[in-house]
Amino acid sequence: MIRVTLPTHLRTLAQVSGPVLLQVEEPVTQQTILDALEAAYPMLRGTIRDTASRERRPFIRFFACGEDLSHEPTDAPVLSAVAEGKEPFRIIGAMAGG
Amino acid sequence: MSEVRVLVGTRKGAFVLRSDEGRKDWTVEGPLFPGWEIYHIAASPADPDRLYASQSSGWFGQVIQRSDDGGKTWEAVGNEFAYDGTPGTHQWYDGTQHPWEFKRVWHLEPSPTDPDSVYAGVEDAALFHSGDGGRTWRELPGLRSAKGNLWQPGAGGMCLHTILLSADDPKRIFVAISAAGAFRTDDGGVTWRPINQGLRSDFELPDATAEVGHCVHSIALHPSRPNTLFMQKHWDVMRSDNAGDLWHEVSGNLPSDFGFPIAVHAHEPETIYVVPITSDSYHYPPDGKLRVYRSRAGGNEWEALTDGLPQSNCYVNILRNAMAVDSLASCGVYFGTSGGQVYVSADSGDHWTAIVHDLPPVLSVEVQVLP
Repeated sequence: MIRVTLPTHLRTLAQVSGPVLLQVEEPVTQQTILDALEAAYPMLRGTIRDTASRERRPFIRFFACGEDLSHEPTDAPVLSAVAEGKEPFRIIGAMAGG
Repeated sequence: MSEVRVLVGTRKGAFVLRSDEGRKDWTVEGPLFPGWEIYHIAASPADPDRLYASQSSGWFGQVIQRSDDGGKTWEAVGNEFAYDGTPGTHQWYDGTQHPWEFKRVWHLEPSPTDPDSVYAGVEDAALFHSGDGGRTWRELPGLRSAKGNLWQPGAGGMCLHTILLSADDPKRIFVAISAAGAFRTDDGGVTWRPINQGLRSDFELPDATAEVGHCVHSIALHPSRPNTLFMQKHWDVMRSDNAGDLWHEVSGNLPSDFGFPIAVHAHEPETIYVVPITSDSYHYPPDGKLRVYRSRAGGNEWEALTDGLPQSNCYVNILRNAMAVDSLASCGVYFGTSGGQVYVSADSGDHWTAIVHDLPPVLSVEVQVLP
């Protein structure tokens, strides 16, 4: 199972209190993780990536294993530790504003 | 005894204020959707327990929430607002053309007869409709055919912020857009035409009487007078008695004719309310005095309503969707401020009290009277 952590506002929207566990078919990529997330939690559609272009929203970042994966190809396999469920795929609301 | 429910959208969540028809003692619920901007919450006239809320965030985009039990529980419904076909371009601040891009929903207007039918006014300006309770949305693209390439954003963005559904003609809809003007359809939204003749924008437009491009801040009508419209423009308070075909100015003796909201008394179609603001450079009331102005003559002759409102050191603003009236026999008038106050008058504006003082900046106020 893939573990996904959500920022506070999206946990509230999805009505979850901790990491989300998802069954994701291989190959596990950012795209397949987000597809599975949106299928399990339809209220999150459009909040992480644009509904039409399916591109990451500008103030959303993806992290795992201490690395910023935000600009990695969305169809590339994610780190094996994420694919194996050892490390979470972290969805972060970027720090912005003042 | 009737219950009064005030729906307040703010920069940091929604609040529900409840009272009885005396409107003296209030309870405050919220924040709902804490931390999110709630541009608008609106109730269905056909089912008072059906509420719609526009929830948005610079990080997470647009969410539409729906409640079927008067706000006790909510469900996120459809948030895909796709412009019809190729979106095209509109005028940008510097006069160049700029692609149409969806940003947020400013206004939700439920049908008077069908709880599942609701219109959404969005930024960049367009009108959408849902016939399935907000699950799916379809643009009415004919509106942007009304010279949309010449529309341009105001300081707050290019937003469709007002939707008026006609009480006597289901095929007639009025909308207002900053900064494009007012528009009307008489065929259910298929075709639209600008209704801006008579408006003058001497300081904002190269052609002061252009067909489109006027920064209309709000329009209002009384259901018994479907052809009489009132408008708070960027500058000028205006009136039309022929469904917007021609406007004339009714600013009269206002201390400033700049402002955002305008409202019509529930039972007196010639009684209207505005809140004068100093200017487009100073978004606060003249002289630091918060005064609602009422005209009982449909404009031109205005009286200041001050009892209970701060008359010194007050520098708040009142945004365009932040004023409403209730339908009780003694008409209630409500408005919210950028300072987080929500004021109520239970006697048509003669006396005011603050229901709350310290909410986040108020974006919208709507009111329901429940049996």
